[in-house]
Formats: sequence, C-alpha cells, structure tokens
Amino acid sequence: MSRMILLGDEAVALGAVHAGLTAAYAYPGTPSTEILEYLLDHAERAGGPRAAWCANEKTAYEAALGTCFAGRRALVAMKHVGLNVAADPFVNSALVETHGGLVLAVADDPGMHSSQNEQDSRWLADFARVPCLEPATQQEAYDMTREAFDLSERFAVPVMLRLVTRLSHSRTTVEVGEPRPENAPRKAPRRNAWILLPANARRQWSALLDRQREMLEWSARARWNRLALNPERRDLGVITTGIARNYFFENLRDLGWQPSHLHLGAYPVPSDLVRRLVDHVERVLVLEDGYPYVERLLRGLLGPAKPVLGRMSGEVPRTGELSPDVARSALGLAPRPATVMPEGLALPNRPPQLCQGCPHGHMYHALQEALAGLEHSVVTSDIGCYTLGALPPYSAIESCVCMGASIGMARGAAEAGLRPVVAVIGDSTFLHSGIPSLLDAVAANADMTLLILDNQATAMTGGQAPLVPSSRLEAMVLATGVDPAHCHVLDAHPRKVKENAAVLRRELEHRGLSVVIGVRECKMTAKRKSRIAEAVAS
Amino acid sequence: MTTCDILLAGVGGQGVLSMAALIGRAAIAEGLHAKQSEVHGMAQRGGAVQAHLRLSDGAIASDLIPSGGADLILSLEPVESLRYLAYLKPSGTLVTSSSPYVNIPDYPDLATLLERVRSLPHALVVDAERLATEAGDPLAVNTVMVGAAAHLLPVGLASLERAVEDTFARKGEFVLGLNRKAFRAGREAAATAGAAR
Repeated sequence: MSRMILLGDEAVALGAVHAGLTAAYAYPGTPSTEILEYLLDHAERAGGPRAAWCANEKTAYEAALGTCFAGRRALVAMKHVGLNVAADPFVNSALVETHGGLVLAVADDPGMHSSQNEQDSRWLADFARVPCLEPATQQEAYDMTREAFDLSERFAVPVMLRLVTRLSHSRTTVEVGEPRPENAPRKAPRRNAWILLPANARRQWSALLDRQREMLEWSARARWNRLALNPERRDLGVITTGIARNYFFENLRDLGWQPSHLHLGAYPVPSDLVRRLVDHVERVLVLEDGYPYVERLLRGLLGPAKPVLGRMSGEVPRTGELSPDVARSALGLAPRPATVMPEGLALPNRPPQLCQGCPHGHMYHALQEALAGLEHSVVTSDIGCYTLGALPPYSAIESCVCMGASIGMARGAAEAGLRPVVAVIGDSTFLHSGIPSLLDAVAANADMTLLILDNQATAMTGGQAPLVPSSRLEAMVLATGVDPAHCHVLDAHPRKVKENAAVLRRELEHRGLSVVIGVRECKMTAKRKSRIAEAVAS
Repeated sequence: MTTCDILLAGVGGQGVLSMAALIGRAAIAEGLHAKQSEVHGMAQRGGAVQAHLRLSDGAIASDLIPSGGADLILSLEPVESLRYLAYLKPSGTLVTSSSPYVNIPDYPDLATLLERVRSLPHALVVDAERLATEAGDPLAVNTVMVGAAAHLLPVGLASLERAVEDTFARKGEFVLGLNRKAFRAGREAAATAGAAR
C-alpha cells in the first residue's frame, strides 16, 4: 500500500488502472476531464492501459462497450450533460450481459460552474436500472472505482460512478492498493444477450428487472451505506449522500450533538435502512449535492410518513451546489461571524473572458462588422470558449444550448423566416455533433452561414488536440456537399478583420448555405507547445 | 487540533494553484492532512479564481472552507483579495499583492482600494510585483506571496524552503535561484511590515 496525492478525478483513474483496466475512452468536459488526462499520462509513462479522447461521449461509450464485449474492463468518462449524448448506448447497455466490467464515471456540476445545467446523473442510473456509487472522498473515489468493476461483472450491467465538481477537483492523500491484472480477452459467451432484437430484448429486460432485488440486497449491506442511530434523541435524523456527509460532519461540532444519521454512497437506495432511520426519528433532513433525488423518493406521491426537510421544503435552497454553509443553515445553526467588508467600496465583477489576443475575438469582430446594419440577423452559437462571445465587449451570439445545437437551430430559424442566420461553432464541437446537422442543412440547402471557429484545440477544457487536424476540416465540410464556391477558409488574424468581414458579408447575402472556417491556433495551446519545445531544447 | 484554512485568490492565469501547490507540498512533507479544492474550466478564463487549502493535524471533513472559517486570505490581486472576505474569520489575516490586474472596464481607484484593504483589522499589502521583478521574474509573484504569508502558515520555514527547492529544481538553476530570492523577499517584506506596525 502506498500514499499518493490525487484529485478526485485522478483517484478514479488510478482506481480503474488498479482494477485491471484495459481501455478508457472519454470526451473532455469539466469537471470530468482530468480522469482521462491522468490515464493518457499514465499510458505514456507505463505503456498502458489504452486511453483515448473520442469524437463525443456516445462514441466513447460505444468503444468502452466493445472492450467489455471482448471480456475486458473498460472505463468511460464524461460530464453530466455528456451522458445525455451517450444516453442511447448507456441505457441499452444495461440490457446486455457485461462479462468484462464496464464503469461509467460521470461528473455532475451542481451550481453550474462550467455547465449549462445541473442535472443529477443518479436519475439516469435509476432510469437504466443499474447500480450507482457516489464517493464522498477521494479515498472512496479510488476504492469505489475498483469495486465498481467487480459489481459490473457480478450483476452483468454497467455501473455508474457519480462524481460532483468539488470532489473531482479537490486533491488530497489517497492510499492505493495492489493492482489487479487485466482480464484475458474472451468474446461475449451468449450471443443472444448482445443482439437486442425485440425477442431478445424482452428477455433481457425481464432479466434486468429480476436482478433488481439482488442489487437492493447488495446496497442494503454495502459498506458505503451506513446507519448510526442515536438512542438518546429522536427529534432529528439526517440522510446524507456523497460529499454532503463532509458538510454535515463539518458542522457537527457547532451543533453539539450527533443526530441519527444514514449515509448513502451506494444505490439503489436501500429502503430498509431508510425505513429504520425514519422509524427512529420525528423528522428527517436530507442533504444531497444535486437534485432532491432521495428526498423525492422519501416524499412519494402520497406524502411522507414523517416530516421531510430538504430542497423541496426550502430548508436547503432549491438550486445550486451544497456547501458547508448550506448544510449549516439547514441544521438550524446561525452563520459564523466573518470579517466585514469595509464600507464605501463596490467590488466589480470579474466574469471569465476570452484571453487577450484570442483568435475567436478577431473573428467576432469580423462577424460584427459583416452584420452591421442587418437588423434582423440571428447568430446561434454553441459550447466552448467562444460562448464567451455572449459577454461584452462582443455580445455577438444569441444562443448556447447544447453541443452542436447552433447548426440545427440556424437551419430551423432560417426555415422559419429569419435572415440572415449565422451559426457559430468551434472545431471540436463541430466534430462532436455538428456534422449530422450540417448534413441536414446541406440536404435542405438551408439559407444560413456556418462559421466554424477552428482554434485547433478543445480549448475550454485545457487544450486537448482535435481528432481531425485543421488541414482536413475543409475537405470534410466539402464532402458533405457544401458548394465549394461558398466555402472559405480564412486566417483569423487581427490584421485581417476587414478582409474577413467582407467575405462573411458576401456569404450572408448569398441565398443558400455557406460555410466559413476561421483558422488560428488557440493562444494558450500555442504558448504551452512553445514552452514544451523550449524545455526539450534546453 | 491545529487547523489552518487558507483561501487563495486571484485572476485566472495568475498562478493561484501554484501557490496552493507550494504550501500544500510543505504541509504534507510535515505530515499534516491537506485538502485542496481547485477551479477548472470556464472560470479559469481571465475570471475571478479561488482555491481552498485546508491544513490540519487531524482529519478534514469538507473540501470547502466554511464562511467565517478562513484563517488566511492569500491573494495575488487587491480586488480579488476582498471578494471572499465573508470567508475570513474576524481574527483572520488578509495578505495581498498590491498590483492590480486590470482586465475589466470598471476597476476601482487603486489608492482607495488599497486604503480599504489596509483598514481591515489584520491585513498585509505587499508590493510583490516589484519584489518579483527584482528577484528576476515578474511572474514569480506567487512565490513572493507565499514568502509573505510564511509566518502565518502552520509549517516550518525549512519545509517551505524545501518545497520551493523541490518545485523549481527541475526548471533549472536560474529559475530555482530567482524563486529562492522571491520567497526570501516576500518573507522580509512581511517582517519589515510587522516591525513597522
């Protein structure tokens, strides 16, 4: 056994390696990115296991499923909204028979530090009818990851590991154990379990439902779920899930006594343990970082047997991430005294912004110039650094919904009668899920302009290299059937703003589909590369 | 139980995390428990950035510092030093670099700002950019600031100096040397300010 300092994400990655991982696949997304970053680094140092970025979360999940089909252990990592993209393979893979462990590490972002919603992945584990583990500490992240692979093989289903931002991105000391060898390759033994034709799927679905009872028996005894009843007092019981336990413990000293406590780290929710807690106390406070998942189960449609306090009743705010302060106030404790802000000073906000000299900024200037005087224009956009073009001084975009949405929305808005319509998307997001929408737009000859901001990186998540180099992007666009006369590759240089604006203006005026690719490497990636080059040279 | 909760503040790209890493390294070398919560992703892009570093000789529950719980705010930038004041204990200390990072249109008047910082019960303002430049690299501001806060940390000077050595040794003698100088300059600035008070 040895000790290492690891981020929550890194603890998951190393736990997977030590569980006999054969391959890991992912698409970058905060706060999950560092899982695969660690595995890439590990593969470079140790020669394996295989780790790779994929075009999107769905393709990543399917690659992992293939590893599992070969009887070997696979990890697939993504952020919560990425699981929406991978929902198809995820939900269906619960019906096949995983004889090689398949673990889905999904990192939720309560409070939306770097996301467009704060959906709670535990609902999706429930929806797919698979077990879910929710670590409270980096140590649990390591230990649970190891166990998740065993569980996946035991119950023959994928297992979800649900992380949240504050665990993913906090580092501390973790004790790590002995590595287990990889599984030998062995093709799925039962073919009918993997061919989800209706007749097979019906059988598999029934079998999955039959296994629910075993899963429940497991979670009732799992070491991750702990019930501690206080025989002295019955006025309050507390249920915590995942890292909520840390915030509860943080306040225990000031509370001055120990309420009866059920901690949940393993799902399905062990109903017997919940019943024992509820029977013992007069009211129950539920603390969970995310949606009120356990709280809602507890309330049911017909109302709870005892008063339940939580997000739905207002003791915990309905939205946002949990914190020591939120837990404190839910426990009825007054805020601690703090240093008071000196009077007469209004602190300005400092929102995130495009880096100085960012090529996206230069293209936004060109776009603004091209759109000047066109009152009814629409600019849809997408997920990435360029979303910051929504903020001053650019205020250049009008939508940001989900990966790839800019192109489909532009087509729809154009067909609904708006003009001119521009879709702004980054290179990585275009490859992730923009291509199918471009096919739609080509087929319809949609009256719109697609502006691809190609900075040759997935910049927002740390500058991961794109799957397709810039030089091939134009060929890909043309291959979808875009008219070469209306496809332009521009240099997103600050001195070319005027020139680029003129090209954009011409294409805005063109009735039909046009594509403009603005190319220039991300400043951050370029800087990092030159630093590495310098280090190598010295 | 000895605990020390440190809130580190700055602007994305200034090196808030490298300050945290330096202190964390020294603390762990002394056998303390440490938890360090960081911010990645969108917030890093030129926006306000914070990191929570919790050190203790016992187990640490929360990865986040509670409001009114921080013993120290260590900031690379004066506006950012005040942003998280609600986290600082009434007896806690604020240590900040005096150099403004102006990437917003409504940056307040610097003299007024620094005067407000100095009006706090326990505050130390360090001309870290000048000290870092004198040490050989204006980017060594974060090393200067760790030096300036050294007397408030629950770790020995030797461990901090060792952490500086271990962090910068692989970057060559020149970088190591200037960071050594930067760390000492920060310490001396704190000592001088203490003597003057």
